[in-house]
Amino acid sequence: MAKFNPGFSRRGLLKASAVAGVGLAAPTVFSSKAYAYTNEPKGGTVTLGFNVPQSGPYADEGADELRAYELAVEHLNGGGDGGMMNTFSSKALKGNGILGKKVEYVTGDTQTKSDAARASAKSMIEKDGAIMITGGSSSGVAVAVQGLCQEAGVIFMAGLTHSNDTTGKDKKANGFRHFFNSYMSGAALAPVLGKAYGTDRKAYHLTADYNWGYTTEEAVRSSTEAMGWETVGAVKTPLAQTDFSSYITPVLQSDADVLVLNHYGGNMVNSLTNAVQFGLRDRVVNGKNFEIVVPLYSRLMAKGAGANVKGIFGSTNWHWSLTDDGSKEFVKSFGTKYGFPPSQAAHTCYVQALLYADAVERAGSFNPCAVVEALEGFEFDGMGNGPTLYRADDHQCFKDVLVVKGKENPTSEFDLLEIVEITPVAQVTYAPDHPQVAGGSLGKCNPGA
Amino acid sequence: MDAVILQILNGLDKGSAYALIALGLTLIFGTLGVVNFAHGALFMLGAFCAVTLSKIFTISYETIDPVRKDFLGNPLKVETPYIFDWFGPDVGTAMIEWSVPLAILFSIPIMILVGLSMERGLIKYFYKRPHADQILVTFGLAIVLQEIIKYFYGANPIPTPAPPALTGSADFGVLLGFDAGSIIYPYWRLVYFVFAAVIIGGVFAFLRYTTFGMVVRAGMADRETVGLLGINIDKRFTIMFALAACVAGLAGVMYTPINSPNYHMGMDFLVLSFVVVVVGGMGSLEGAVAAGFLLGVLESFASMGEIVSLLPGINQIIIYLVAIIILLTRPRGLMGRKGVMEE
Repeated sequence: MAKFNPGFSRRGLLKASAVAGVGLAAPTVFSSKAYAYTNEPKGGTVTLGFNVPQSGPYADEGADELRAYELAVEHLNGGGDGGMMNTFSSKALKGNGILGKKVEYVTGDTQTKSDAARASAKSMIEKDGAIMITGGSSSGVAVAVQGLCQEAGVIFMAGLTHSNDTTGKDKKANGFRHFFNSYMSGAALAPVLGKAYGTDRKAYHLTADYNWGYTTEEAVRSSTEAMGWETVGAVKTPLAQTDFSSYITPVLQSDADVLVLNHYGGNMVNSLTNAVQFGLRDRVVNGKNFEIVVPLYSRLMAKGAGANVKGIFGSTNWHWSLTDDGSKEFVKSFGTKYGFPPSQAAHTCYVQALLYADAVERAGSFNPCAVVEALEGFEFDGMGNGPTLYRADDHQCFKDVLVVKGKENPTSEFDLLEIVEITPVAQVTYAPDHPQVAGGSLGKCNPGA
Repeated sequence: MDAVILQILNGLDKGSAYALIALGLTLIFGTLGVVNFAHGALFMLGAFCAVTLSKIFTISYETIDPVRKDFLGNPLKVETPYIFDWFGPDVGTAMIEWSVPLAILFSIPIMILVGLSMERGLIKYFYKRPHADQILVTFGLAIVLQEIIKYFYGANPIPTPAPPALTGSADFGVLLGFDAGSIIYPYWRLVYFVFAAVIIGGVFAFLRYTTFGMVVRAGMADRETVGLLGINIDKRFTIMFALAACVAGLAGVMYTPINSPNYHMGMDFLVLSFVVVVVGGMGSLEGAVAAGFLLGVLESFASMGEIVSLLPGINQIIIYLVAIIILLTRPRGLMGRKGVMEE
């Protein structure tokens, strides 16, 4: 009778099973003990990842963001004059780094391209051990990097991103935005426009053909139509468009008396320049002076458009001419270090770096879930925008919004915009399920590891 | 009807830029057989000649104004251009305001020098290499030039306005019997169109009516035979490269008041200009100019609200669509010569 020989003994099987069991359990055992969360800082330093456009059309804005981050790191580590740490309502930051660890940083180049931005953020997380990613000058990039950070288990503190979707349908538990959004621009601008130009107006929208353009058009249309304006035309313009003359001429043919340029960056510089060239600002239509509106302004764009911005209304997140203590401290620190006043992009990035550090200090941990808990519902002041709330429902900051106008007689190349009104936060606050931001969900915070 | 006239006018100025760049591209291709992807960068360099001259005119010295304060609360540093002291405030102001037209003179020697350096320093080594190599090296050169400009001038567009006398717009509506204000067209765009026509006419006259031009045209038709006659055709072709660079540069100089120049502006025009060259017919100067204006006008019409609402997205593909149709029906392009780019 043939004897069954399986080729291994009972004792051997038990040994092999034990080794295999330990082997399978090992990753969980080690990770749960060695890495409680992604890139947990073990030594005396902690690394932050600054992901800004260092090349491409927004490289100048990215350079200003980087300057702000470097200043924030200096202040967090106890250098310089402390800047907004002196005026920040939370006093958790001591100027000894974050939780006693010296702050170091690495930088990535988003190139204002979603795939490049994700690649640079991934590299900073995986190779450089960055525990938090921040920065950027585009909503497309912000949404893409926010998604990556959610998957990787690190916090994302958005830079300049204005689309409703960043904290609307694309919101994520690990992502936070200090910058204002399209809805807020519309809500802040409409009353000022109504007061300046009347409530019986016919508007024509030229809109950049991508996500930010759509949400901005929707926000401005909705708020201006609510006060009585009629939208007589809305045309999408290709993002790569440089000469807008063929889009401006139909405006001349319409009976519109207001042109709203839902454009940003080079698009805005060119469309505004073209509109002024075609004499729109000298026209009288329906018995009224023709007007142009730029919903989102930045100083760098205003500089590019030159004298064409004079007298044109828009909105902005922050401006260096604000006279509150926080703004004055920041302008002094930044201006002394770099020789010129900071842009709104620099401001939001500086504030985001400090807010993250403060949240870690208050949470007593770098664990992303602890940081999320510390930031959700956090109320603060002294950062240049008045009392501010980081709303728990969507991780969007709610604060005052500035309505600005191109200055008629600028005294320097930085003095291009003047503040017309500081719109109180109550006027720009919306419900978390407002139709313009509806959809998506934060999900659960992901600590990674 | 007034809308149609307006779009034709719009197309003419856009077509002027396409035609000027395509003319230079064709000159280089027709003479040297090189596919020059750095030609858009030459357009951009021309624009930055205007920016540079404007910056030279505004080089200033600082004085302290004890009354006014800067953003940090320190006494304001007031900058006064040196040319105000040298020529007086009135002349100095006029020089700054007219810096774009003056940059035409400034840019000519610079662009000729750039063209000669490019051809002698780099491109001549690629004459006998495949077109793919030429495209790669010239495209690389374009990126290098872009990055150099970005390093010195930043990525942000730099406003370079037209002289005050040429800003504003003309009301053609009244002239043509339409309602006042129905056909508005900026003066500077008219200037640009006239300037482009003069340059194009000048290049054609130069090639047709000068001995140099006739030799070049002969060389374009049969390089070897002209060489056998003892004429140094290579030297003349090098000069033609410099001339093409100069044409692109001048197109860039005059374009600056239309759109604020930035380091990337050359790339925005490059691809479309190549389409223009192909549609016009490789090696055909007349074809390049005709296709430039044709595609400029068509692009303008395709952007009209009525057309876009009927055919969404047509404004973004019209040029390529027309290129496909023309190449299917006339494989050599509108005025292409037999034997050019053909095995």
